[in-house]
Amino acid sequence: MIRAPLASLCLPLVLAPLLLGVINRTKAIVAGRKGQPLLQAYFDLWKLLQKGAVYSRSTTWVFYTGPAIGLAALLVATAIMPFGGAAAAVAFPGDLILLAYLLGLARFLTVVAALDTASSFEGMGASREVTFSALAEPALLLALAALALQTGSLSLSTIYTRIGVGSWGATAPALALVAGALLLVFLTENARIPVDDPTTHLELTMIHEVMVLDHSGPDLAFIQYAGALKLWLLGSLIVGLVVPLRSTTAWIDVAAATAGMFALATLTGLIESSMARWRLLRVPQLLVGAGLMSALALVLMLR
Amino acid sequence: MTTSATTRPVRNGEAVPLQAIPQLNIAELRATVLQAVAAGGRIVALFAHRGDSDAVRLVAILTEDASGTLAVCSAEVGDSYAAISQECPQAAWFEREIAEQSGVHPNGHPWLKPIRFHAPWCKGDGGGTIGVTDFFTVRGAEVHEVAVGPVHAGIIEPGHFRFQCHGERVLHLEISLGYQHRGVERALVGGPGKRTIHYMETLAGDTSIGHATAYCGAVEALAGCRVAPRAQQLRGIALELERLANHTGDLGALAGDIGYLPTAAYCGRLRGDFLNMTALVCGSRFGRGLVRPGGVGFDVDTNRRATLLKSLDGAFADVSSAVNLLWETPSVPARFEQTGVVSRADCAALGLVGPAARACGIDRDVRREFPFGIFRFAQIPVSTWHSGDVFARAYVRWLEIQRSVAFVREQLSALHEGTTRVDVGPLAANALVVSLVEGWRGEICHVGLTNDRGCFSHYKVVDPSFHNWMGLAIALRDQQVSDFPLCNKSFNLSYCGHDL
Repeated sequence: MIRAPLASLCLPLVLAPLLLGVINRTKAIVAGRKGQPLLQAYFDLWKLLQKGAVYSRSTTWVFYTGPAIGLAALLVATAIMPFGGAAAAVAFPGDLILLAYLLGLARFLTVVAALDTASSFEGMGASREVTFSALAEPALLLALAALALQTGSLSLSTIYTRIGVGSWGATAPALALVAGALLLVFLTENARIPVDDPTTHLELTMIHEVMVLDHSGPDLAFIQYAGALKLWLLGSLIVGLVVPLRSTTAWIDVAAATAGMFALATLTGLIESSMARWRLLRVPQLLVGAGLMSALALVLMLR
Repeated sequence: MTTSATTRPVRNGEAVPLQAIPQLNIAELRATVLQAVAAGGRIVALFAHRGDSDAVRLVAILTEDASGTLAVCSAEVGDSYAAISQECPQAAWFEREIAEQSGVHPNGHPWLKPIRFHAPWCKGDGGGTIGVTDFFTVRGAEVHEVAVGPVHAGIIEPGHFRFQCHGERVLHLEISLGYQHRGVERALVGGPGKRTIHYMETLAGDTSIGHATAYCGAVEALAGCRVAPRAQQLRGIALELERLANHTGDLGALAGDIGYLPTAAYCGRLRGDFLNMTALVCGSRFGRGLVRPGGVGFDVDTNRRATLLKSLDGAFADVSSAVNLLWETPSVPARFEQTGVVSRADCAALGLVGPAARACGIDRDVRREFPFGIFRFAQIPVSTWHSGDVFARAYVRWLEIQRSVAFVREQLSALHEGTTRVDVGPLAANALVVSLVEGWRGEICHVGLTNDRGCFSHYKVVDPSFHNWMGLAIALRDQQVSDFPLCNKSFNLSYCGHDL
């Protein structure tokens, strides 16, 4: 089984930025435009890595180290995330808690780096990010708890190996609730519409983008790459659940899951093309809804 | 209304001799203005005029409610007088302008500070440092200040916005402009000359037709020149095409601000379609060179007329489907409604104009109240909505789009035969003219005063933005700071039209 961890580790590292390309291409097609190249996110990363970084005099080491540690946290998270029925590179009981905390660590560093700039824009973005993630985190943890209960395991790799077509036969309503909650968490955590607008240039309305306005060069590349990994990781939580193909041939399962990831990216693009962003005041309602869906799934599993 | 003794009634586009304007003392002028506003009127323009003698006169142009005439009065003023804005909020910006331009001090003005930061009030080379002034501040735990601009993230004009926030809630917004001040009014004194019409077309680049029409109305009135019906029709068509292009662009931009992709993408293109129709008439997408004193610079032949009608129908069909998506997608009205509400009372007190006023349910439209040009013969119904929020400002634009399309179609199908341009003679000496036009943003007011040689001794321009910037500040009260870009776009005011 040497190939299996390879798939769950290498595919995200290589393909994650492509998800952004698929989302943007979907939006462009719906809007009647040709759109940017599918590989634009890679070009941007390459360009940024070659640039120097500009630092404001008012920033400290907190600001410099934020992006690097944030990326490191996401790389470790990638290592514990299974994909397409293939186990993760590292798996142990309780790694699902570690996943949530690694995402939390990355967020914490982004937020303190934003606060370190002392810009009122970044402060507002940090406050919004923390408010919404405080509501998204319970939804994520409760969803994972429901899955742990369904499969009787506390390790992501085991959970996602055990979920199959059969699990849907047994507990379809609960799994559907979990998938729905995870989709809302996915949209929120990745700063997508209806929670945030990744394409806006208006600082006053931004959540995630405004926190990284002061970063440049390789630091920004780290942030963008970490963002792409986060998109992949949270997406693979959904795809592993909704495309539970567990055949005897490993590469077919992985291929189906990869196709599922791009289908999810297309769905994200379609959501962004078909609805307006919500008023910030209403976003907590959405997240509380996600939390309730997860809690209900947990109750259904306990029954 | 008892102001008739103290004011001279004047029609839109009517020249009156200066000696016919009642010369009051400043207390009488103040009382007249307050009385007119209390009776439901409005300040159209209020400015200081320094004539040949060194004395400063205040000139007030007022509307009398629903009578279809304007009222003008003037008074000599010393170094200071009791500010009208103490009792009449809509005078506040006019009086700041008076203080800045003439040095006359309005005593007791609630918030007297420069609006364009130029000399003589702001000392130094070319005036003071723009934006460096006192700002209203709120103190207290958890209150914070957010400063936005003058450099913005998008490609827009410069302006500075200072928010006093409690968390996400805006307690107060103060808007500080002046970055675009070019000294246009000063440059117009001594005119009209070869440059004058070009200044007019660039007062606000997106309102070339509107300002040029207002200027031509003023000059033609002073010269006693009658413009041919065909030229009036073409001006009307161009004015409505300008409205169509800008309203379509605004609806697209509003959709863009809330991240609603389809309308944003299509309206951006469709705005170009309307601009191209203007280009088909005169070769300039923004209508430069079309409106000229005495008529229009370009005629429309039969072929072009057919092409215009066809493109109009095509563009309107596309705009309908793109804009109707806004009202049919639930998340869009959810975002628009109850955002940036201006109450009807505030709107009346501030004297807002244009779609911003009509969105508060106020039936105010120069095309109907003080008809000019072709609008004396062909009326466009006034479009209003009652809720005063972003939705209302968007919806009024959509209503106006439909009515403007019908108007343009009707006028194009029934163009008068005949000439399109006549000669404009010399201007009347020692006269005053008020020329109002309903531009796409609202009431455009040009006031021209001539000296004894028939040249402008003063030329006053009041862009609709001058009335409406305060409306934006009020719309943000108790709103979310994250809603500011959306509210700002729903007003879409001009910076250079304000700064002149």
